[in-house]
Amino acid sequence: MSRAMVAASTSQRREKRGPKVGTTGPQITVTVQRGGPEGPGRKQQFQVPAYDNQTVLDVVSWIQQNADPTLTYRFACRVGMCGSCAMMVNGVPRWTCRTHVSKVLQDGAMEVAPLRNLPVIKDLAADMDTFFDKWVSAEAVHHPTASRDDPIAPIDPEAPERVTASAGIECINCAVCYAACDTVANNPDYLGPAALQRAWTLYNDAKDGAQDTILDAVSGKGGCHSCHSMGSCTAYCPNELDPLSAIAGLKRATTRRFFGKGRA
Amino acid sequence: MKAIPRAHPLWLAYILHRLSGLGLALFLPAHFYVLSMALNDAARLDAFLRLTDYPLVKLAEFGLVFLLAVHFFGGLRLLAFEWLPWSAPQKTWAAASLAGAFLISTTFLLRAI
Repeated sequence: MSRAMVAASTSQRREKRGPKVGTTGPQITVTVQRGGPEGPGRKQQFQVPAYDNQTVLDVVSWIQQNADPTLTYRFACRVGMCGSCAMMVNGVPRWTCRTHVSKVLQDGAMEVAPLRNLPVIKDLAADMDTFFDKWVSAEAVHHPTASRDDPIAPIDPEAPERVTASAGIECINCAVCYAACDTVANNPDYLGPAALQRAWTLYNDAKDGAQDTILDAVSGKGGCHSCHSMGSCTAYCPNELDPLSAIAGLKRATTRRFFGKGRA
Repeated sequence: MKAIPRAHPLWLAYILHRLSGLGLALFLPAHFYVLSMALNDAARLDAFLRLTDYPLVKLAEFGLVFLLAVHFFGGLRLLAFEWLPWSAPQKTWAAASLAGAFLISTTFLLRAI
């Protein structure tokens, strides 16, 4: 497609959307939480044209492109792979690029806010630093057992430990579980569901060589034993993973080691 | 009433467990204080126990047993979930069996008294 054709199709899309602000036709009322690192600021309302097929990210993008260019938010892939567009929608953490508006609309309105339990950079963009720092604190990093010069060890995909590990590896680091968790909200030291789940997958990974280091990291203050099993992580994980059971696995593994019974 | 955001069954179980635990913790000191009257002042204890004839107190007793029951079974649920590496269907069958056994045994108990 030539550049001219791209430009033409873009202008057609603009026409289809109608004039910049004050569009006629069905509308949805969107309340957006503005603010920065100093704390939540004012809530701002926007009227956004309603379409049959429209995600929450589409709505936020429409506001930024047509109503208020100062609105800050974050996205990248738009197809549920990169984990960067998560926000609170009507008080529930969601991946906005894969959340259809019709699923969350309440009386023709919805409220969008930055992810809970994280500092805010500006408006809808949360600061993910603490979230990722906790992955490292949980030793949720690969501890190699071989170098590139060694032969590749075969792994049986049906082995029970591999099945346990594979159950949790599709995490996209979106922090939806971290924002959903009330233990994170009440205990700033708590490592959170995503970091603990990654630690659990590595603990069960035959190619990871630091099981004891992982258990040391997750059994300290703010570790897996801080979890109250309220299950919001599993309830809201957009990839339908189960951090709740992974954390329960870590609780069993650390306890077995405490009583000198070796691997769970 | 506006729905609570992020309310789901396991979260409600968690809240119920917490609140029932808090209620029982508040009750226990009063419970021990009244029991201590049996040692120190039996007449005062008997006078106090006559309060249990009032319907409101009977209702409160029901509430207390309810708190104890939900905290007890909530605690068993947590112990089973966290310490038994069962699959989800196994947990469902275990919970169903326990509920069935509880129903049958309670029915027998009610017929007996």
